[in-house]
Amino acid sequence: MMLTQRLSKRFEEVHSRREAALIGYIMVGEPEFSRTLEYIGALESGGVDIVELGVPFTDPIADDPILQAAHGRALRQGVNVHTVFQLVRELRKNSELPVLLMTYYNPICRLGEESFARRCSEAGVDGVIIPDLPIEEAASWVNQARKYGLARIFFVTPETDNERVKRICEYASGFVYLVSRYGTTGPSETLAPTVLPLLERVKPLLPEDLKVAVGFGLTTRAHIEAVVRAGADGVIVASALAARITEGASPEALADYVRELKAGTRRTV
Amino acid sequence: MAAKIPAKPSTPRLSELPVDGHFGEFGGQFVPEILIPALKELERVYKEISVRFDFQSELKALRADYGGRPTPLYFAKRLTEYANGARIFLKREDLVHGGAHALNNALGQALLARAMGKRRVIAETGSGQHGVAVAMACAVLGLHAEIYMGARDIERQKANVQRIQLLGATVHPVTSGSQTLKDAINEALRDWATNVPTTYYLIGSAVGPHPYPMIVRDFQRVIGDELKGQLLRREQRLPDLVVACVGGGSNAIGTFYPFVNDEKVQFLGVESSGAAALCHGSIGVLHGAKTFVLQDEHGSIGETHSIAAGLDYPAVGPEHALYKKLGRAEYITVSDQEALEGFRLLARCEGILPSLEAAHAIYAGVQRAQRMKRDQIVVITLSGRGEKDLETVVQHDAHAALE
Ligand SMILES: Cc1ncc(COP(=O)(O)O)c(C=O)c1O
Repeated sequence: MMLTQRLSKRFEEVHSRREAALIGYIMVGEPEFSRTLEYIGALESGGVDIVELGVPFTDPIADDPILQAAHGRALRQGVNVHTVFQLVRELRKNSELPVLLMTYYNPICRLGEESFARRCSEAGVDGVIIPDLPIEEAASWVNQARKYGLARIFFVTPETDNERVKRICEYASGFVYLVSRYGTTGPSETLAPTVLPLLERVKPLLPEDLKVAVGFGLTTRAHIEAVVRAGADGVIVASALAARITEGASPEALADYVRELKAGTRRTV
Repeated sequence: MAAKIPAKPSTPRLSELPVDGHFGEFGGQFVPEILIPALKELERVYKEISVRFDFQSELKALRADYGGRPTPLYFAKRLTEYANGARIFLKREDLVHGGAHALNNALGQALLARAMGKRRVIAETGSGQHGVAVAMACAVLGLHAEIYMGARDIERQKANVQRIQLLGATVHPVTSGSQTLKDAINEALRDWATNVPTTYYLIGSAVGPHPYPMIVRDFQRVIGDELKGQLLRREQRLPDLVVACVGGGSNAIGTFYPFVNDEKVQFLGVESSGAAALCHGSIGVLHGAKTFVLQDEHGSIGETHSIAAGLDYPAVGPEHALYKKLGRAEYITVSDQEALEGFRLLARCEGILPSLEAAHAIYAGVQRAQRMKRDQIVVITLSGRGEKDLETVVQHDAHAALE
């Protein structure tokens, strides 16, 4: 099966408008489960090109305290992989917004890789990001994701050497997730000094059809402008959005913030 | 010259594992990409350095002169009379410097950290014994130690917290999740991801991503190697059964592994009934390894409750997962009440206060010995001493007296 059209088409559209894709994260269950769809709508109306939905897990080792709290609240509301699939099906009734799931590996392991991939595809998910599944453990997942047309998004970090970047590209599809810095997710005042050199190093190693999106710590329009200028095809904003939702931002206020971030993705001549 | 015939992929013996970072279907490296280069470097350095003569001799000297090894293999005569079955021996890891088996691993890994030029060492601790051992090893080798510990464990293992601090290490309380060992490991992994170029993560049990389960086992196998030699010298035979408690599984794998090819020697691993990943769990992934995990139907990790902080963990080392699956070891559970019974029994019969973790093994080992023949031999690994648990035991007694 081909990679889902929604994701690749979206990158093309965005590219032809001389923009980078804005990928916005929300934990399913935020600010409460009955309102998550409304907030996804707000992200989309503000200009998010791709949405990344968080699947809650008890032990999110790559997440900062803001997102850890969101995982906890979602679990207490009973959110699990099945409620996430249900929400995506609901969303798909009237939206073609590309959807990525961000989930730790254990919920996939529990359901079974094949079953998980099939349900993703049936629900209308376009790709999966698994922060604790490096390529060493990913062979069987890659086969399932390929079979069901899901983008296989792997990470590249400041610690990943060039040879390893090339190996990761062989497993990946859609885009590679370039981790801007050391550590966990989390909003940041300043752009990490590691990110631009990393982007410069990695970009020439990528095959034509593989995009690169930068995440971890992107918080302001200026951060986004800087990484887009350096050649990022996409930017991922997670904790900064989660922080606003946690603080009680209305859908309108969230959309305003997204508009501001989206403005940073436009390439100036 | 004969043509090169490609070697037939034969099933490796248990003693040859891990292969490619896996114990059968278990183990692996399920961690964020940022940690993978560090794990590969650790494996490379470990394989190169740990076999070197200077490394081995420095470790041996530290274990002996600083750590107090070899520890005695003690024939527990009155406990044997009480059980009225097999003869019971105790492997006295409670007499290692610091009061538990933890120093065996901490010294070995601290030497690795020094060899890798990493002067900042982080670790998690549940019972505080691993924290104490890391603080000691870092003090004696001139390294800087920071210890993550769940707030709930800080409360119930206060004496060890004070020891860690007096030994010059910092304790970071962890208030997320269940505030126990699991959450301390989460926090240590987050710290490592942030500081990986400068920091060595000194994990405290045979858990986590490859190569940790292998490294910890290799540094803990001194328990089983010593007891095998001691028993052979004394009785000219191997034990019929070796018994150890299982939290993450380090003292147990250290006890079992040297006997893994001795098919007549049976293994009994003892879990806390409130934290029994092997007995009550299912296959999953936690802290970088595929193993048995306590979890719900959707893959959320379960909460655990054990009177012994060092057993209060919802997963287990991957090598035990394989031993269970293959039936090479038997795993059973012991309740808080039974562990307290084991504690009192050893105190009164033998004048030894065991840690509450080790008290699980005592209880189960004595039960087993009762059903065995008098010419048989049971060795129980006494993984630690009980001073850290006095408050818990006394409170429990006071509580019981009221009821
Ligand atoms: C005295 C003692 N025994 C046993 C354990 C359990 O750990 P493991 O299963 O790794 O030996 C601990 C853990 O802290 C401990 O302190």
